[in-house]
Amino acid sequence: MRSRRAHRLAFYALMLALAMIFSYLETLIPVPFFVPGMKLGLANVVTMVVLYKIGAREAAVISLARICLSALLFSGAFGLIYSLAGGALSLAVMILLKRSGRFGMTGVSVAGGVCHNFAQIGVAALLLETGALLSYLPVLVVSGAVTGWLIGMLGGLLLSKLARLHL
Amino acid sequence: MATEIPKNHKKRNDAILIAALLLAAGILFLATGAAKKDGAQVCVYVDGARAASYSLFENREIPLAYDGHNTLKIEAGAASVTDADCPDRLCVKQRAISKQGETIVCLPHRLIVKIEGGDAPDVDGVVR
Repeated sequence: MRSRRAHRLAFYALMLALAMIFSYLETLIPVPFFVPGMKLGLANVVTMVVLYKIGAREAAVISLARICLSALLFSGAFGLIYSLAGGALSLAVMILLKRSGRFGMTGVSVAGGVCHNFAQIGVAALLLETGALLSYLPVLVVSGAVTGWLIGMLGGLLLSKLARLHL
Repeated sequence: MATEIPKNHKKRNDAILIAALLLAAGILFLATGAAKKDGAQVCVYVDGARAASYSLFENREIPLAYDGHNTLKIEAGAASVTDADCPDRLCVKQRAISKQGETIVCLPHRLIVKIEGGDAPDVDGVVR
């Protein structure tokens, strides 16, 4: 029992570290054409893996820790509210879709990607008190779907590599 | 869950979900993009409130100093942000805008540059 807890703790630490690396990598990738809220969301691979490997609560904790740490290290407090909103909505929707049992990992991840962008543009529209930002929605839905699909594939790949790991 | 849904059903549901999202995006795009007309003026909003407006027909560079510095450039009926001292400088990376309703956003400075219609700049346009 004790060693199982230790295994889990080590796994969380590893996943959080991986998420931080992904967040850092993402700051290095230049966005080819800019729409507010658009990004690859590599760190979401980790959220997916924890969600499928362990559970919803653990995924939420890891993702919250990752968002706060990467805001401190990379983007500054200014981006925190956007990241939090995006992370919270996308995770909530991913948990619900996964629980429904009707969707595969790809579908769950795509919904998560779209909801992430949705929440970010929503917060921006609220903070700036303008509806003008909503014209970015179509682009953000498509980019969220594409990145979500990629992230879902990566997450599936990582999970299959981790299949022999019993936690 | 009493019965596990088979994998190929999940895949089909995934495909339906993705198709529905893309369809919604397409409809949104057509709905928002169809009525795009050339703009006549470029308006600057700070914190959601209109702070200034300039004619798009006059080529010039305008320094904006609100929460920070952004340089607005107007050239050939299009506006772009060419310089800024915000941390991410994403406003500088955004493309030039010329159609009504198009925007350039600088989130750190809470600044929005927006193209609007009309024949001439408003009377309350800022004179510098």
